[in-house]
Parts: sequence; C-alpha cells; structure tokens
Amino acid sequence: MDVSRSSFAAKSYRTRGIVLRTHKLGEADRIITLLSPEFGVVRAVAKGVRRTSSKLGATLEPFMEVDAQIVAGRSLHTIIQAQLRHPYGQALVADYPAYTAGAAMLETAERLTDADADSIAPQYRLLHGALATLARGGHEPGTVLDSYLLRALASAGWAPSFTHCVRCGEVGPHGAVNIPLGGAVCHDCRPSGSSSPAPETMALLAALLTGDWAIIDAAEPAARAQAATITTNYLQWHLERAVKSLKLVERQ
Amino acid sequence: MYEGAVQELIDELGRLPGIGPKSAQRIAFHILEADPQDMVRLAQAISVVKERVKYCTICFNVSESETCTLCRDERRSDEIICVVEESKDVVAIERSRAFSGRYHVLGGAINPINGIGPEQLHVRELIARLGDERITEIILATDPNLEGEATATYLVRTLRPLGIKISRLASGLPVGGDLEYADEVTLARAIEGRRNTAPSAPAAPLVRTPLPATEPTSSS
Repeated sequence: MDVSRSSFAAKSYRTRGIVLRTHKLGEADRIITLLSPEFGVVRAVAKGVRRTSSKLGATLEPFMEVDAQIVAGRSLHTIIQAQLRHPYGQALVADYPAYTAGAAMLETAERLTDADADSIAPQYRLLHGALATLARGGHEPGTVLDSYLLRALASAGWAPSFTHCVRCGEVGPHGAVNIPLGGAVCHDCRPSGSSSPAPETMALLAALLTGDWAIIDAAEPAARAQAATITTNYLQWHLERAVKSLKLVERQ
Repeated sequence: MYEGAVQELIDELGRLPGIGPKSAQRIAFHILEADPQDMVRLAQAISVVKERVKYCTICFNVSESETCTLCRDERRSDEIICVVEESKDVVAIERSRAFSGRYHVLGGAINPINGIGPEQLHVRELIARLGDERITEIILATDPNLEGEATATYLVRTLRPLGIKISRLASGLPVGGDLEYADEVTLARAIEGRRNTAPSAPAAPLVRTPLPATEPTSSS
C-alpha cells in the first residue's frame, strides 16, 4: 500500500460549514474562516480562488454554507474541494441592510465560538437559521440581527432576562434595564445607571429573545431603535472588544 | 545579528509584504554584492515614488500631478464614468481597450467585518462628480466577489435618485472554456444575465401566413 497516500487520506476530513470571513493570501489564494458544527472555527487556505478561472471562488465567499473537503496541515489546513449547500450570500448582497446585518452576525459568531467549544453546534444552528431568515426576506434585517444577537448570547451562557427581575426574580413587566446585571430590574432592585426604556421596548426585547415574530414585526420604529441600542450595549458588555461591523449596520 | 547598517536593511526589507526573515537576508546580501549604480537607481526609484506620486484629485487614481493622465486626456468621453475599487483595476480595464470614458477609484470595497463602510471610500466625491450634466452613464466595475457586489448594491441605491443610467459589468463564462466546467454560481449568473442576440428581429412564426392587407389594430 502506498504509505504517503494513506497518510494523506487520514489527514483529510469532510465537514459542512458557513464561511465567516476571508483574507487575501499571496498572489491568488485566500484564507477562509469556516464555522463547522463539528470542528468549530477552522481556518484553511483555498488555493488560487482569486483567479477568474477558479471554480471554488464563488463557493467560498462569506455567508455561503458549503460542504468542504479539507486536508490538515502543520499550521493551516487546505480546502481541496467545496460544494455549495446554500448560497445565502447571493441573496444578501442584493439587499444592503441585510448585508450589513449579516456581516455583524458573522463577526459575532466568530467571537462567540472561538472561545467556547461546547456551544458550537447550537451556535451553528442559530447562525444558519438567522442567515436563512435574512436571505428569505420578509422581516426587517435589523430585528433579525437583534434577535440573533440575544439568542446567540443566551446560547453562549449569557442569557438576558426581560420578563423577570434579574436580581430578585420577581415576575414583571418591569420598567428598567441594567446591562451589567443582565436584563430587567424591578423598582426595588433598580441600581443607579439603569436605563428606563418604554414598556413596548421591554415587550419587544422579550419577543426578540424568544423569537416571537408576530410581536416583533408589529413593533414601532422607536421601540425597535431602543431595543437595538440595548441589545448592542449588552453584546459589547459581554464581548469586551468592539464588534466593528455593528456600527455599519443600516437600520430602517 | 549583523552589524548596524546590514541588520537595519534586513529589518526594513522584512517589513515588506510576503518577505520573511530569510528572504530579507537574501535580498540584503544581493544588494550588498550588486553593482552600486543599479542599487542607487533602486533607491532613487523608491524615493521618487514616495515624493511625486499622489492621488488624482478628480478620480483618485495614482498620479504624478494634481490630475491623472486619464482625467486630462481630451480624446476620452466625458459621458461615461467607470467606477472601480483600486488603481490596478483601471490598468486592467485599460488593457482591454474596450472603454474610453473616465474612471473613479473608490479605494476599496465595503467590508463591515474589517470596519470599512461607505464613509471610508470615495463615494461622496463620486456623487459630487455626478453633478456634471455631460455624464449619461455610470458603469459599476467593482470585483465580482461578495464585497464588490455589496458595494455595487449600495451604489445603485445611493445613485438611483440622480436619474443617471447605471450599469454593472456582466458576469459569466470565461472566454475559451468549456460550459461543463463552469461552477454553479457563475453559470446561474450567466443565465440570469443572458442577452437577446437578435434584439431587432421579429419573432419568426412557425407557419408563414399571408400578411393582412390593413394595419392590425391593437386588441388591448
């Protein structure tokens, strides 16, 4: 038996994944950052994908869900084959607000899964679902993003609460939110530095967290804007470093 | 570690893209051993580039004067502006000899993950240029990748209210290849962007009938 070939086969593996970002490498190559439900964040080289003659180029772009054959290397892995499963990128680039919301999702997903190996499979399902919803259209991209952010944080172990007081557990509705404590606070527990959003905003935040689209789609723009600010602040508080693409999200 | 100047040269060369410590060392020793005049020429070329070359104030292409040669060329048409991401794309389109209008270099593509939004590109300057009434068409020639497509989508949305014709570079099959080897995304785009090869010819009827004597009136 050919030794070199058998070791090559042993080093290669197949996985599906969503392309999170790409970096240029050398003349015509790219480093592809792939989120795989089994292996987590995989960084692999795709050779020659920037040439116009490359067949892999269109497949290995951000937002795309692919089936990839990867060979493990000493430092970087190499993608040798890839097949498109869901071309979400095609739909997202045709809609600029959806594109910016999707970019913020990808950046957040990379942050949340890079550190924590246990929650990768649920994080993958969440991201996949959120991108599919964005690509299908029908909901305002900003609210799809906010719902994804809250649920992704909940999956990562930072679940906020907008119905119960986070300190004493009293059932709401409550009128104040404290970001460092993790959500709604009742009148008695309210520490200084808490914000007091409108009651509609509190209802919207709870709906965003559970994915209740009937309430979310009916929400007023003012409540959406307030909920977006609270969601963003909550995300930044837990991720510590700024998510760059959040600033560029276009909300309606 | 080498002495002073040699080590400094190696360190400087090592900061260039794609050059590692070993390559830097090899290039440094090549410079040491090479003909002094050749190396003076190289040093001059570098300092001249940094001194003289700046960006054209009209189109943001690289240029040695206030405006670039393409913006000053009076034989070029003022009616069409081709919007590209970088100066090297201008050169690529010029090589094709298929375009004789003006250019506008954006300086990149919208890429939120790397923190690049429309504000970081020369979009505002493009809109200011479109105040010129001679302009009848804008060709969006951003890269056919995701960031380029998103930039084109953004530009279409921003420029549409101006009422100028906006077109996008076609995407499809490379010339000289086989259809069966095309990837799905490109092939789908080629079908989407197909064009009518006989736009003026009337639809040929399967059975020829004699033409009616009077002008047919529209039934709708």
